[in-house]
Amino acid sequence: MSFHPLMVYDEAHFHKSERATLDEAGPFTFTPERRATLDEILTKYPPDQKRSAVLAALYLAQEQEGYLTANAMRHIAPILNLTPAEVEDVATYYVMFFRERVGKYVLQVCRTLSCALAGAERVTEALSEKLGLRVGQTDPSGMFTLLEFECLGACDRAPIVMVNNEHWHEKATPESCARLVDDIKARGADALSGCHLCIEKR
Amino acid sequence: MTYEPVLTKYVREPNSFTLDFFLKHQGYDGLKKALGMQPNDVIEMVKASGLRGRGGAGFPTGLKWQFVDKKTEPRYIACNADESEPGTFKDHVLMERNPHLLFEGCLIGCWAIGAKVAYIYIRGEFYHVQKVMEAELAKAYAQGYAGKNILGSGWDCDIVIHRGAGAYEAGEETALIESLEGKRAQPRIKPPFPAVAGLYNKPTAVNNVETLCNLPPIVLNGAQWFVDLGPEKNGGPKLFCVSGHVKKPGTYEATMRTTLRELIYDYAGGIRDGHQLKAVIPGGSSVPILLPDQLDVAASFDDVQKAGSMLGSAGIIVMDETTCMVWVARNLLYFYKHESCGKCTPCREGGDWLHKILTRIENGEGEMRDIDLLVSVGGNIAGKTLCAFGDAAATPALTTVKHFRAEFEAHIREGRCTLPADWRASRAPVGAH
Repeated sequence: MSFHPLMVYDEAHFHKSERATLDEAGPFTFTPERRATLDEILTKYPPDQKRSAVLAALYLAQEQEGYLTANAMRHIAPILNLTPAEVEDVATYYVMFFRERVGKYVLQVCRTLSCALAGAERVTEALSEKLGLRVGQTDPSGMFTLLEFECLGACDRAPIVMVNNEHWHEKATPESCARLVDDIKARGADALSGCHLCIEKR
Repeated sequence: MTYEPVLTKYVREPNSFTLDFFLKHQGYDGLKKALGMQPNDVIEMVKASGLRGRGGAGFPTGLKWQFVDKKTEPRYIACNADESEPGTFKDHVLMERNPHLLFEGCLIGCWAIGAKVAYIYIRGEFYHVQKVMEAELAKAYAQGYAGKNILGSGWDCDIVIHRGAGAYEAGEETALIESLEGKRAQPRIKPPFPAVAGLYNKPTAVNNVETLCNLPPIVLNGAQWFVDLGPEKNGGPKLFCVSGHVKKPGTYEATMRTTLRELIYDYAGGIRDGHQLKAVIPGGSSVPILLPDQLDVAASFDDVQKAGSMLGSAGIIVMDETTCMVWVARNLLYFYKHESCGKCTPCREGGDWLHKILTRIENGEGEMRDIDLLVSVGGNIAGKTLCAFGDAAATPALTTVKHFRAEFEAHIREGRCTLPADWRASRAPVGAH
């Protein structure tokens, strides 16, 4: 059947949406602690503006599952008086939410101008070789994901590698990043020193 | 360099971020004084000081507050702490090392416009800063500097720290409000301006972190003190972020009488050894490039504009002679293409096209007519979008072609980059772009 004489609607030509849908994954319910945290956050906004807490709710879901799933959207929606589609609409806009399973340690290299001028491309290259991953990939063991990130706002300490949306490793070099990977393999989360910003030490 | 910093005076001292330290150094004295004044007098004082927004646009803060509709309740302050302009990192220092100054500024702002809540919208990547701020805010609440009956005045005001989740566009004031409301960070059509219908459709003043941090010293020292610090209409302390190929990248506090050359050579130590200055982006990646012979101007909003660029967020990115300008344009266009919110077609599609054309040239597959195509596409984005993002996205392409056309031509003629610097990756970038 064709709605337009010049358009072919067969299998090969049929327009398929490029929208990537989220994983269904398993059933999702906030742990009681996380639900309590969310309820506390909700008190900071007017009672009829629960939607304001959607980013906070998504962070909590991501903390619990590692990434965002369709079932998490369905769980969050009624808490905030939203539809699951509205939650997903927000979730798919912001870059700090992972829409597919990522490694336990997500290495995010800032690639914008000031970091790039300080050698961020070489840092990415070195990490890529060290991990055997291209940017955007996760290793088969589920340990590491390598990503590029846009300006982190720390150009004076460029280049920056951020781990798991939180821990900054500053003034990165190809060598220091290789050490960081080894260190994470050996000591896990203890290797993440957080932000090194100690102006007094400079 | 005899100027003594006001906002960042103590940032290098250990514990400068704590409430105890802050209270020993005139902490919350500005708030005490403001609470003894009529709100309107505070607004008049800020107007007299000529304080201009430090986020990029340089709009007079007092005027912004005056526009806030005082008949509608409730009103809000939304503090823009979504510092994401490439090359800018001043608010980070203020928030991490001097968070109480920001809280005090928020409270003075709330008193002035009659708001009961200030939302600090902090970018999600600053989580380590947020943790410091939350701990300090709890102390401020416990000791009566925020919350109920502040300093025994009977006035209540809350401060809420709201974590963003990675969106450059959330730094635009109406997009920030959308994001605070739990939506995609996309700009609104103006008017109405936030001063009339902002957060939750209520009157809202959106102010940058550095702007609010200037309020306590203004209230304490008076408007004239602020005016006297800088050139006409550009008074007060200003933070400058110098990054790129300089010896000592960092945040430096100075007055806007300081020239760009002084900031680069005296404050940031000059260009790294053995290299020469090639180009400077004076106000974050969204503003036009200045050449080495254009740097003897005061780093003020008005003077930098006269020189043909903008002070913007005062993110000074310095590039030496090893920097390929085609590569710079492509690097920044990838940023703008990636961060475009997608609401307006010229920016969403045009940014993508600019990046495609620049990639073509960078890979040696460009044609001479591509240069004019860049200018044409760029010209069709700038000024044709709801927010300033469109102009910002077109600028890196337009300004590099304007000043370094010969480099684009050489790229196309030779079919390769003529300046493959050692700090770049040895082969094509491994990323998807």
